[in-house]
Amino acid sequence: MSEKLISKIPEGTLSEKWTKHKAQIRVVSPANKRKLEVIVVGTGLGGASAAAALGELGYNVKVFCISDSPRRAHSIAAQGGINAAKNYPNDNDSVYRLFYDTIKGGDYRSREANVYRLAEVSNLIIDQCVAQGVPFAREYGGLLDNRSFGGSQVSRTFYARGQTGQQLLLGAYAALNRQIELGTVKSYVRHEMLDLVMIDGEAKGIIARNLVTGEIERHGAHAVVVATGGYGNVFFLSTNAMNSNGSVAWQCYKKGAFFANPSFAQIHPTCIPVHGEQQSKLTLMSESLRNDGRIWVPKKQEDVIKLREKKIKASQIPEEDRDYYLERRYPAFGNLVPRDVASRAAKERCDAGFGVNETGLAVFLDFKTAIQRLGKKVIEERYGNLFQMYEKITDVNPYDEPMMIYPAIHYTMGGLWVDYNLQTTIPGLYAIGEANFSDHGGNRLGASALMQGLADGYFILPYTIGDYLAGKIQVKMTDTNHPAFEEAEKSIKERLDRLFNIKGKQPVDHFHKKLGHIMWDYVGMARNEAGLKKAIEEIRVLREEFWKDLFVPGENNEFNQELEKAVRVADFLEMGELMAMDALTRKESCGGHFREEMQTEEGETLRDDENYMYVSTWEYTGYGKEPVKHKEPLQYEFIKIATRNYKD
Amino acid sequence: MDFTLKVWRQKSAKDKGRFATYKVQNISPDTSFLEMMDILNDQLVREGADPVAVEKGCKSEGPVAFDHDCREGICGMCSLYINGRAHGPDDDITTCQLHMRKFTDGETITIEPWRSAGMPVIKDLVVDRNALDKILQAGGYVSVNTGGIPDANTIPIPRDNAEESMDAAACVGCGACIATCKNGSAMLFVAARVSSLALLPQGKVEAARRAKAMVARMDELGFGACTNTRACEMECPKDISVAHIARLNREFLKAKIKD
Repeated sequence: MSEKLISKIPEGTLSEKWTKHKAQIRVVSPANKRKLEVIVVGTGLGGASAAAALGELGYNVKVFCISDSPRRAHSIAAQGGINAAKNYPNDNDSVYRLFYDTIKGGDYRSREANVYRLAEVSNLIIDQCVAQGVPFAREYGGLLDNRSFGGSQVSRTFYARGQTGQQLLLGAYAALNRQIELGTVKSYVRHEMLDLVMIDGEAKGIIARNLVTGEIERHGAHAVVVATGGYGNVFFLSTNAMNSNGSVAWQCYKKGAFFANPSFAQIHPTCIPVHGEQQSKLTLMSESLRNDGRIWVPKKQEDVIKLREKKIKASQIPEEDRDYYLERRYPAFGNLVPRDVASRAAKERCDAGFGVNETGLAVFLDFKTAIQRLGKKVIEERYGNLFQMYEKITDVNPYDEPMMIYPAIHYTMGGLWVDYNLQTTIPGLYAIGEANFSDHGGNRLGASALMQGLADGYFILPYTIGDYLAGKIQVKMTDTNHPAFEEAEKSIKERLDRLFNIKGKQPVDHFHKKLGHIMWDYVGMARNEAGLKKAIEEIRVLREEFWKDLFVPGENNEFNQELEKAVRVADFLEMGELMAMDALTRKESCGGHFREEMQTEEGETLRDDENYMYVSTWEYTGYGKEPVKHKEPLQYEFIKIATRNYKD
Repeated sequence: MDFTLKVWRQKSAKDKGRFATYKVQNISPDTSFLEMMDILNDQLVREGADPVAVEKGCKSEGPVAFDHDCREGICGMCSLYINGRAHGPDDDITTCQLHMRKFTDGETITIEPWRSAGMPVIKDLVVDRNALDKILQAGGYVSVNTGGIPDANTIPIPRDNAEESMDAAACVGCGACIATCKNGSAMLFVAARVSSLALLPQGKVEAARRAKAMVARMDELGFGACTNTRACEMECPKDISVAHIARLNREFLKAKIKD
């Protein structure tokens, strides 16, 4: 284990750790907070809430986003809900149960202390959001309503129709706007961070490109917070927004921050299937639909053929000829098994030849039973906007015919390694939300990403960063004329010039799509040694092609979207390789990481706790050189490790 | 399907701008409108990269700049005036949710940016919507700090109020209402936020102050006045009702009377 990998998990029993830790870490006085600058990169739930909370505390905050407004960040697209251990439905939920479900859902590959803290602060988030005016769904009595999500047997998910992420982000964005108006936060929109600047081994600022003018800018600070989300777009087709990218995390990795569990990517079971080569992204259908929707494929091969030839409709297949395979295989959780389990089960049926659309890569999500039970009106109230979205895309009315769905890349559990304080291996550099690795292990449960983003931003980072900044009250504002800034700016300009000077023939998307195919085929839902080795080889070849045959039109000093993409895809071409390498060296199956060689007779994941109960973290050693892998062992002091069981 | 595209090209805010005509072919009806734009841009980038064409004097203007991100109708990043309508010829959607099956084979499609004084063009079809952030900064929030909040269920809210608040909160801040309004007014955008918060007990406390501050900021930034043409409501991708403008006016009047 590297000496840099000190997790700083506090001593004591699980429920005492965070309380004790808060009491022990240092705080900064209001007068000194005014002298300290913090840069927050990204304005999703993590970034917006952190920037707002730090601004409220009195720090000088600079917040950066690549869109034209902080409100566009991809957290906005989260549909189904946010978990909290309120136990409002009186179904015996508790902080402990939320903690336990999350650890188990992550297939025992996340840190106990972090996850417990997450569950502990979950309730505060709901209080905070309600105070901000987030219009959560309510019962007729005026109190908050809950629904269920995968991987749990209680109803702990708070929601605002199918737009929960949007409403939570608008809450955080509003809090941020208030601080911008008060002058504690300065907002830089249409700005992209291109490098981290370090002085004497500490994070001291960033280099950013103004995306409108192309100007390269220097920004200094006492600490930098990365909240730029995940890297799912390495697969080209994913549910991520088009501009979501992993470049900031990658820049930090190349400056020395360790990257943890890069191969842990989540494949979401309920997405609208791929329709053809012209497709640019995949659309998610919320997991909340699995509360009332039942997933099935035909039992008989002849029905499958008739469906594909469009000779019959799904609704014409009688009940006895339908295989509700999740209910069959997992009676205790049924349609609400965790995402990785549901995705693999869909793949299994499609691989066996029961896929229901022309490509053979789709299963049905059916609301017939729910409409019969509850009436169309109730279903419309619960999922109206999702049904509308589905119909607009596919031209099929899901009230009459079942939806067709298939798994797609959705979220990355891996990310920058952080300690209990959310600090990376670089002092002064913090990572929050999806950008870090800490809470979800091998698989994230539904409605937990929103919870983590806001927990980190509102309630954890503002405390822990104070401990670091307390040591900086004597340190002056960072001088952006320091040679470190000059050097960083120079190397960025050279990199951009290099991209323009390739002057090849292919647009960026050509390479991105090719990379996506390699990733999906070999580093996707099922992985094996030969495939992963092949992926690494093919990515290396593709990367060479990219640097020989890319064409970036236009100039550097203008609004240039092709250049933006080129910078990001250049990084994806490196990240993909690290993901494959991580998957190759983790010779076990856990959560979303499914190594075909390691499975039970029933096709479930087969963990190897003896050899792989650790966080794999990677240290960059230079371009084209093998990175070094370090291990942070995971210790389970408080819960009994078991094989995940969703059957009974 | 094949289409002829008349696309607005403008190099920068200072450039005068003009229409350019392009052709795209073999487009699947299941392709989304923005995927069709991707295909156009792929063509344009390849033209620019073709040394033979460039030698022959072909001056590619490069790909068309347009804003887009989530491509599922929620981030509000995409815009576009398509055949004279904000977000194109389908109801209750943003441009990214528009599919080519809504057009006829061989059709000529005209594509323009939002045109409104409050949202100047940055390049081609991309406009500057920073003014919308500034309006919200003036008061589009409940003034509470993080932490020290009582339990969420201590404030019961009638379900109908919560639902109506949610209807208004569905605004994605795309700017279609402003682009559609002949006065370039941002009233529906402002009203959506003011009304959403005014309907909730948490937001009531400073409802009057909020309405006044946001309207003042809107005026300051050069947006026009509302003359009740209801065009905004027609083109809102989230179907936000002008009834919220009535609520904004009520809050605004209350504030003015108190002054």
